[in-house]
Amino acid sequence: MNTLFDKIWDSHVVAAVENGPVQLYVDRLYCHEVTSPQAFAGLRERGLKPFRPGRIFCMPDHNTPTHDQDKPIADPVSKTQVDTLEKNASDFGLTHFGMMHPKNGIIHVVGPERGLTLPGMTIVCGDSHTSTHGAMGAVAFGIGTSEVEMALASQCILQQKPKTMRITVDGQLGKGVTAKDVALYIIAKMTTGGATGYFVEYTGSVVRGLTMEGRLTLCNLSIEMGARGGMVAPDETTFAYLKGREYAPQGEAWDKAVAYWKTLGSGSDALFDKEVMFRAGDVEPMITYGTNPGMGTGITQTIPLSSSMPEAGRISYLKSLEYMGFSEGDPLTGKPVDYVFVGSCTNGRIEDFRMFAAVVKGRKKAPGVTAWLVPGSWMVEAQIRAEGLDRIFANAGFELRQPGCSACLAMNDDKIPAGKYAVSTSNRNFEGRQGPGSRTLLASPLVAAAAAITGKVTDPRDIME
Amino acid sequence: MKEKFEILRSTCVPLPLENVDTDQIIPARFLKATTKEGFGENLFYDWRYDKQGNRIETFVLNDPQYSGKILVAGKNFGCGSSREHAAWAIAGYGFRVVVSSFFADIHKNNELNNGVLPVVVSEPFLAALFAAIKENPETEVEVNLPGQRITNMATGKSENFEINAYKKHCLINGLDDIDYLLTNKQKIEEYERLW
Repeated sequence: MNTLFDKIWDSHVVAAVENGPVQLYVDRLYCHEVTSPQAFAGLRERGLKPFRPGRIFCMPDHNTPTHDQDKPIADPVSKTQVDTLEKNASDFGLTHFGMMHPKNGIIHVVGPERGLTLPGMTIVCGDSHTSTHGAMGAVAFGIGTSEVEMALASQCILQQKPKTMRITVDGQLGKGVTAKDVALYIIAKMTTGGATGYFVEYTGSVVRGLTMEGRLTLCNLSIEMGARGGMVAPDETTFAYLKGREYAPQGEAWDKAVAYWKTLGSGSDALFDKEVMFRAGDVEPMITYGTNPGMGTGITQTIPLSSSMPEAGRISYLKSLEYMGFSEGDPLTGKPVDYVFVGSCTNGRIEDFRMFAAVVKGRKKAPGVTAWLVPGSWMVEAQIRAEGLDRIFANAGFELRQPGCSACLAMNDDKIPAGKYAVSTSNRNFEGRQGPGSRTLLASPLVAAAAAITGKVTDPRDIME
Repeated sequence: MKEKFEILRSTCVPLPLENVDTDQIIPARFLKATTKEGFGENLFYDWRYDKQGNRIETFVLNDPQYSGKILVAGKNFGCGSSREHAAWAIAGYGFRVVVSSFFADIHKNNELNNGVLPVVVSEPFLAALFAAIKENPETEVEVNLPGQRITNMATGKSENFEINAYKKHCLINGLDDIDYLLTNKQKIEEYERLW
């Protein structure tokens, strides 16, 4: 009670179903092309229109190619899906940032950077990484397509109130340790289903000290331990990030909004259903070795032995290592790397490219490595160029691509070939996630940069200035 | 209106793996459709077929010993992506029930919204069910939704399962949430006036 989550959730309850879920008002509905067509079709079948079109923002991101976006998409099925979103938005008068639109990009990158996502809001999208927006102090979570249809039809969804969990990370982060490492560390400790049923609030000196980009990365990965959402109480960092952004309130409305946002934080008497604490000093640069994001460890460690696993999970564990072509007890450093992917709603923001640039500056990409650098949005792309990072990349043998979800889930042409190893800054290492047979090692942009330069899994601290 | 659900008795398809994610249930490259039809054919595609598209005979969906309307899976079933396509694939293949000791939240809702009943059982019940199916693939399970009871017909052991009263009502009567929400428009408008 009296938590950040409770305050926002409770203020959005329109009605409660007896012995059932609550009807929750939705401030923003974000739609991308993959999980919305059937919802729009359902709406038409019922003879309905979107209830509050002004609260709905659409953009394609999953299917978009990362080159030649000015030309029609070559894959006809992808093209149909992207065109369908455009038609649905146009038929129903919804805001749509299509491919090549300066505001296009991955929806979870665009929402915060344009000031569409604001503290105190409820936000839903047919995408599990909607948890990202919680970094701004919003209640944001992924939903299925039936629920997208509900939100289109009524600007509400029926939802059971989740339990609350507070995760506190205190201390000082070591050299080479980023928000991504903190997230992968927490997920490894909590396991891939350990926060299912909960909404997480992150706090502690480490979280307070993170930039907005870092907080977005942290909240983005909440779903990888099963949490419906993750959030950080809005503070001066949040306000400084938002001020002046296009869709954020301006002038007097801004002052009023900030005054309200300051009341949202959890009270000193706040009660959570669960409390978990971690120490920053225990976190080193992380990397995953298995086929779910909970299968991660410090980069200097070895792959855990199956004898250390509970018996019911052993078959799944060994199946996972077999898929990866790894053995129990193997060290992680030195493993060969074929591909490096920097991007996604997890690590496709300007700070991520700054980190990558800091390591590759003045060095050369390893000859055997194929690297895909994919900005999260056109805004990020423009900033990369404005800061001259693109020249650092070019000098080191890297090419910058056009924005989209890209190889994170390989719905476009950016697929990691079967059997190849990719160090990826994205969010999932599931079997086949980055292409059929692909093998993914999740890590931070620093670890990705070290791999791109050396062609193998390398502790970035060994090569950082 | 969706198909109504009351009591189902069927043989089972066992998948004794933990953390089965929605990328396995339906890989991303099959998400490009704009309708809900046809996903059943691609259910567990990369476990069901090899790179050449040939059936992998050892995978349970290709094993003629096993069939039925009940999928039995290890804990944390449906983790990962929110894609409702996973629920469409499960329903499209012909499953009406998924039994596991633990479900991921979003996928569980997606199943319920598509007339598939997720039944959460205890770890011992699940282990005993896997063992019974392994010993005899003809093992039947009865799922009684009104009574909220699941019975392993091989052992006679049964367990109660939880389901939210509202969702139970929807499944039994073949209703969905939009039918409900649309009756509530006035309340939504009243709420909007407050802000």
